[in-house]
Amino acid sequence: MAGDPLRFETLLRLGDDSLILGQRLGEWCGHAPSVEVDLSLANMGLDLIGQATHFLNAAGVAEGKGRDGDALAFHRDVLDFRNCWMVEQPNGDFAQTMARQFLFSTWQHMLFGHLTGSSDETIAAVAAKAVKEVAYHAELSAEWVIRLGDGTEESRARMAAGLDWMWRFVPELFEMDEMATEAAARGIGADVSRFRGDYDARIAAVLAEATLEAPNDQRPILGGRRGHHGEHLGHLLAVMQFLPRTYPDATW
Amino acid sequence: MVTTLSTDALWQVLEGVPDPEIPAVSVVDLGIVRAVSPERVTITPTYTGCPATQVIERDIRDALDAAGFRDVRIETTLSPPWTTDWISESGKAKLKAYGIAPPLAAGERAVECPQCGSTRTEEISRFGSTPCKAQWRCRDCLEPFDLFKCH
Repeated sequence: MAGDPLRFETLLRLGDDSLILGQRLGEWCGHAPSVEVDLSLANMGLDLIGQATHFLNAAGVAEGKGRDGDALAFHRDVLDFRNCWMVEQPNGDFAQTMARQFLFSTWQHMLFGHLTGSSDETIAAVAAKAVKEVAYHAELSAEWVIRLGDGTEESRARMAAGLDWMWRFVPELFEMDEMATEAAARGIGADVSRFRGDYDARIAAVLAEATLEAPNDQRPILGGRRGHHGEHLGHLLAVMQFLPRTYPDATW
Repeated sequence: MVTTLSTDALWQVLEGVPDPEIPAVSVVDLGIVRAVSPERVTITPTYTGCPATQVIERDIRDALDAAGFRDVRIETTLSPPWTTDWISESGKAKLKAYGIAPPLAAGERAVECPQCGSTRTEEISRFGSTPCKAQWRCRDCLEPFDLFKCH
């Protein structure tokens, strides 16, 4: 079957964002400050892995080389991943994890809202299903940003530091490179620049409620969509891919 | 006539398949079964990442096979997305009897404790034992309970 490279790349970007952040959240399992928080993080991770499964299986079909979601998740190397930089950032402390979740989920919620109108049936269906779940992620993380920001001296300092760590990865979320532009023109992808204003307004409103200042703008880090990643992603993949690579036919 | 009879029998089989995580309700009660024809059963996952989805498909397959419906296919569809509105009234009653507060209907605000019926209740955690549930607590009988989240 002839592949559709544009669809393949579009689905990879979506799937890799969800996969990598899902894996990161899974690292918290058993380590969160309380059992309730542990459950929240694991369940958000589960939602994201679910999205990734749908996106990457569809990507495999679009590629037309017989790879399925598992093959794409477990048998690609770091340079072939198309996730944005933000999702591969280390968990840090709980505040840093929540800062990342807030900045990412707020964006993903708006993105999926737009993608429900995608001309691609799979993308539209997954977006329509997942948008309700991601609304929860965005709300939950916003509440933590507020609680920690408007909390004790220490929680406030930690949340400010978490936001400061993640801030330089926000511009990449709104980057419209050639491929994204073509995908938007074909109606399968979204023109993310259209909701930049809504995003900035929402972030500002939550930060105001958290009595936090927005971090100073920093030099943006770009390139994840083209396979340029930081040193953290390789380590994440080593953990995630070890078992299926070492025991290729392993089953539960 | 034959068609009517065979889908009735299929529905009956499906009503006997419990949800693996909430065995008090069937996959039909939960609205997971979207359509039944003599050729295929169409199901939909509750949550995108619900780990029970694969178990549910296997359980339905086993039940269909055991009832002699080996040639009935199972298809999974994401669209339209599942919502808690698809849980049947009897499903909601069964959830409550099992100790899980059913999802609130449109316009309903107070979460009722499934143990004592009090509406003096509060959220403990937005996520509970499964992605589809939140943890709540009753301020009268002090029991914690799961709330099936509106979705």
